[in-house]
Amino acid sequence: MQSTEEEWAKMMRAAISGDALAYKHFLEAVTPALRALAQSNLARCGAGNSEVEDVVQETLLAIHLKRHTWDPERPIRPWILAIARHKFIDMLRRKGRRAEDVIEDFDALPDTGQAPDSLDRHELNRMLRKLNERQRDIVRSLAVEGASIRETARRLDMKEATLRVSLHRALAALAALYRKDGR
Amino acid sequence: MKTRELINVLAADRAPAAARPARAVAIAVALGAVISASLLLAILGLRHDMAGAAHSLRFLVKGATVLILAACAIGLVVRLAHPDAKAGRLPWALAMVPLILALAVLVELLVTPASRWGANLFGVHWSACLVLIPLFAIPPLAGLLYALKQAAPRDAGLAGAVAGLAAGGIAASVYVLHCPDDSPLFLAAWYTLAVGFVALAGYVLGRRWLRW
Repeated sequence: MQSTEEEWAKMMRAAISGDALAYKHFLEAVTPALRALAQSNLARCGAGNSEVEDVVQETLLAIHLKRHTWDPERPIRPWILAIARHKFIDMLRRKGRRAEDVIEDFDALPDTGQAPDSLDRHELNRMLRKLNERQRDIVRSLAVEGASIRETARRLDMKEATLRVSLHRALAALAALYRKDGR
Repeated sequence: MKTRELINVLAADRAPAAARPARAVAIAVALGAVISASLLLAILGLRHDMAGAAHSLRFLVKGATVLILAACAIGLVVRLAHPDAKAGRLPWALAMVPLILALAVLVELLVTPASRWGANLFGVHWSACLVLIPLFAIPPLAGLLYALKQAAPRDAGLAGAVAGLAAGGIAASVYVLHCPDDSPLFLAAWYTLAVGFVALAGYVLGRRWLRW
């Protein structure tokens, strides 16, 4: 686990200095750990596996929007865990469940193998439907592997700068939608 | 949408990340203090006996107490802005403030005759203190809450309350430049009440606004 943490921190530092690919690799690298954590946590709360990807996705969104709150001088694992824990408890509260035994660390989590990621019936889709049409188009179009900002801007007939702003607003709006959900 | 598709979207968002919490808080404090101090100078002006007051022990104790409060609470706001926050020794440093106050009150009660206690407690302008400190706290509180909104405090209410404490400390440090009442009795009663009110306001606003 130690080496993984060092790798995560290295990727995140590269991302902070502008390496977009490193950032993507960072998100991909933490996802299995987040997934294992979500599975254990949901199991402890007596919830099924159907919500695992919802928890993972909401946590990834929070990690993205709050990435400037990681201090590169400090270890990255406690930071990721703190965000995962915060979002998990928030989700339980939203669904009217009590947060009792939330796992504190990634240690000793079973390797969960293949993700139940193929289902694609996630909460995220419901949130996406609540965005405005333009924001939804942008998000859907950038979701495709290999899609670039430039090409998307051309296809949607937008200026690149405008698209960047809209994308960022769409992500912030998604986080707000998750937060309001069920309240 | 699948998780790997979401990652594609997140990685495409190259909008510059918000300022690091320490920087955002520093900007909020600087702007808030400058605005409040300008307001004080424009509306009220410095106290008339400023040059003389600077040599009085009571004034120095008052100034030091509010500055320590502001400094510790600001430091704590920066800590609390991080999701993996560890408070460290700052709460202990902050606890020095009521300790200093209690000590100063004790000494004041010992060195002044009981007949003066009432006059020292109520001073010249106790009600002005209650109104003006919360007023001068508005700019720094707004700035600090904004900085915390960008950040990721684990406990929204606590972060808001500490932001209120910091804003109250800044406002008190500004108001010291005008306030003619230097007795520790005055400080312990009215400043505490005013700063406590700002902390409460911070708590309420934080709970409403700082969730993420």
